[in-house]
Amino acid sequence: MSYIPHTEVERQQMLSAIGVTSIEDLFDAVPAAYRFPALDIPKALSEMELMAELQAFAEANEHAGDYAIFRGAGAYHHYTPSVVNHMLLRGEFYTAYTPYQPELSQGTLQAIFEYQSMISTLTGMDAANASHYDGGTSLAEAVTVAVEVGRHKRHKIVLSPYIHPQYRAVTRTYHQGTEYRFVGDEGIASADDLIAMLDDNTAMLAVQYPNFLGQIEDIRKYAEAAHSVGALLVVVANPMALAMLKSPGELGADVVVGEGQPLGIPLSYGGPYVGYFACRSEYVRRIAGRIVGETVDQAGRRAYVMTLRPREQDIKREKATSNICTNQGLMALAATVYLSVMGKNGLKKAAELCYHKAHYAAQRIAEIPGYTVDMTRPFFHEFVVKCPRPVKEINEKLIVSGIIGGYDLGQDYLWLNDHMLVCVTETNRKDEIDTLVEVLKEVAAS
Amino acid sequence: MTNNADPKHNNKVLEPLIYDISVEGRVGATLPDCDVPLADIPAELVRAELDLPEVSELQVVRHFVNLSQMNYSIDKGFYPLGSCTMKYNPKVNEDAARLPGFAHLHPLTDEEGSQGALALMHQLQLWLAEISGFTGVSLQPAAGAQGELAGILMIRKYHVERGDTKRTKILVPNSAHGTNPATCTMAGLTVIELPSDKDGNVDLDALRAACDDTVAGMMITVPSTLGLFEAHILDVIKAVHDCGGLMYMDGANMNSQLGIVKPGQLGFDVMHYNLHKTFSTPHGGGGPGCGAVAANDKLKAYLPGPIVVINHDADEEDDAPLYSLEMPEKSIGRLKVFHGNFGMHVRAYAYIRTYGGEGLREVSRHAVLNANYIRARLSDVYHIPYNRACGHEFVLEGHFEGVEDVHALDISKRLMDYGYHPPTNYFPLIVPEALLIEPTETEDKATLDGFIDTMRAIAQEAKESPELLKNAPHTTPVSRLDEVRAARQLVLCCRPIPDWVEQVKSGTPAGN
Repeated sequence: MSYIPHTEVERQQMLSAIGVTSIEDLFDAVPAAYRFPALDIPKALSEMELMAELQAFAEANEHAGDYAIFRGAGAYHHYTPSVVNHMLLRGEFYTAYTPYQPELSQGTLQAIFEYQSMISTLTGMDAANASHYDGGTSLAEAVTVAVEVGRHKRHKIVLSPYIHPQYRAVTRTYHQGTEYRFVGDEGIASADDLIAMLDDNTAMLAVQYPNFLGQIEDIRKYAEAAHSVGALLVVVANPMALAMLKSPGELGADVVVGEGQPLGIPLSYGGPYVGYFACRSEYVRRIAGRIVGETVDQAGRRAYVMTLRPREQDIKREKATSNICTNQGLMALAATVYLSVMGKNGLKKAAELCYHKAHYAAQRIAEIPGYTVDMTRPFFHEFVVKCPRPVKEINEKLIVSGIIGGYDLGQDYLWLNDHMLVCVTETNRKDEIDTLVEVLKEVAAS
Repeated sequence: MTNNADPKHNNKVLEPLIYDISVEGRVGATLPDCDVPLADIPAELVRAELDLPEVSELQVVRHFVNLSQMNYSIDKGFYPLGSCTMKYNPKVNEDAARLPGFAHLHPLTDEEGSQGALALMHQLQLWLAEISGFTGVSLQPAAGAQGELAGILMIRKYHVERGDTKRTKILVPNSAHGTNPATCTMAGLTVIELPSDKDGNVDLDALRAACDDTVAGMMITVPSTLGLFEAHILDVIKAVHDCGGLMYMDGANMNSQLGIVKPGQLGFDVMHYNLHKTFSTPHGGGGPGCGAVAANDKLKAYLPGPIVVINHDADEEDDAPLYSLEMPEKSIGRLKVFHGNFGMHVRAYAYIRTYGGEGLREVSRHAVLNANYIRARLSDVYHIPYNRACGHEFVLEGHFEGVEDVHALDISKRLMDYGYHPPTNYFPLIVPEALLIEPTETEDKATLDGFIDTMRAIAQEAKESPELLKNAPHTTPVSRLDEVRAARQLVLCCRPIPDWVEQVKSGTPAGN
């Protein structure tokens, strides 16, 4: 199978227009000893054979289409109305490039402007950019902003241990060539411990809302503490939770970042997702990534364009603060369509269903002898269960009953061996939760 | 930062904002009733306002369909945007990525439950290694720029681990993409810009003069951003290696090298691919992409991870191999949450499988044929500064003697009137009034002829009626925009700022 349209006659016509006799002649500049190597890749497939092969790969996976899923930990299975996928499949959107030529890109540009507006309102911030690669890289970029705001004099970054472990890892990878010091997340640290680490060398404090364990912490307290030493408070927030909870902006955050995947984007084994980035107006000129602004054309018509471009790498080159050029355009579009069709009431209802179902599940599991659920703090749709057996063993039992169990927290937190992070969303029916409870009960008794 | 225009009284709006058509109480999507007892929601946790639109599903459909129709796209027409490789994005690849077993697979599924995904990623890693002549591949990076960051961090760590900490410079030709120098700065290294010689190659004397024991490595795009295969590439690589530096290849232009030459065999140490260019995963209006990184034996232990490996311990006869995720031994770390843009991995896999090894070589052969055909047929009306056989793209100068006021931008805008997306303009920076033209292999001769005729007609117009170019475009949904106003009067959000924002702000200010 091939998508190359040339006929032999056309090839000959083109070669003669160029003034060469064969296509090979066009590659004379490539060192002869290395030219035209063999490629050990199997021969071409037809579309029919290709899909059969891919279907076999797909069917070898245990996925949320076939199983009841209670796993979250940074990627969430929500229901997405059909209209979202139909809009994404419009070739006018997905086969377009970055909107450098605004006259030919008003669709993409206006959609990003709407996305920025929705993210601003969800987070309680003044402005949002056109997105980053994912929640983890958004946090990494927030560090750069905080250090810039601190005029490169503040090099300490305080991270809560209950920010997603992989977000913290990505942030460290990004900044390994700098002098920044990351502290706070290398052991058990309470809110007071984190606050005690803040000083006048601190550029920012970052916390997660709800945190990685699902708990809703007191953001206002963190904000006051960070601001009292002149540091920024960066909040990593789940946008689905923000449909219900007070916005981080209202609680005093300066920058809000996070993963937009819960907003209509499929699990897709971890990507593509969309990292959102929102901030107060005074920091807008320091943030990385594309930003779309409103303006007018020569006829005075309202129109949209990428703005504050001189911050970006293609203009500022080695003086740019980030090398990012693309955003996650199509995924930002997915979130925009999703938020539009869910709307004010739909999104709030989805969030409330998550909350009620998670609390029902937590209550039921807490009643099983041998299991303990930490209910000391308010939580949204994830909670920690202390189990009588290793989590891996329990999940092996659950999968046989058609259930993908919770996340094994012992992988990331030494002090949380045998602790499972359970996630419940609006997609989990009551009978699924009841089955989960039954199997957990059997495991404890066996 | 809010928009004060009232669209109801503004007939100069092409398509209202989704918020403009919102009506209080209207519902778009309905969810099931709650089937469990309701839990208490502490009032102090709950937000008062949720300022999202209230629209019907049909309104949503019409709104986004109308928006889509204001876009130009590959599906609509010819998109010769140099350095972006705007080739056809096969429809079957979209179906493949949406198979339920891929789309609904949780990234933290146990290895036993994700063997299908891991097997696909493993095979893709092997093919990308084979195509590039390298021995290790990581699919982590989400975009070319992130792949560059990976590669430069790998080079940095290689030197640091050997105690060679004085190597802090990266050599970058002045024809490079802006991401190259920006990447070096992000990685904490210093950029040394190298001039190009009169033929568009790296100036070898300048290169040799810059090579010393403070050089960590060099980043170079092959073929160059001028579309030219570096004539002295082996000398360039040798000069850098001889001083102890490592070679990074920016693989943005791999569409001219499939089965033509393997960067690893030329002596490069590490490179990135753009799966969204070379392997047809859609650009999506600016992402998502995938910037897979490939490295040789010297650097593969530093790849970002995790990557997929075959777990031999579990491999018994007659069993399928057991795949697992593993962090390379000296990895620079994780660049992305989870395993990279898996949906893009599926599409790239499908693309490679569709063409096969010989087919991929045909891709590059025809991409280069198409670019040279346009070059040959425009060289008598446009100045082509480096007029020799090019790779998959070439650069011409968008201005004419005696018509001083017509610029590359005007030619670009005029092309829109004829139904074409313009080439990349004003890049590379070393060519005045640059127009970088990349047709890709999926365009047929008639399409190329139409574009060539139009470019020739515009050259004529530039001399006879330049105002046609200066005032272009005339037929697009909007005319040229006031970009200065966009930057000076920042409007980034259409929602009113809630009252409490000022209250929060009047508290202790941050960042002082």
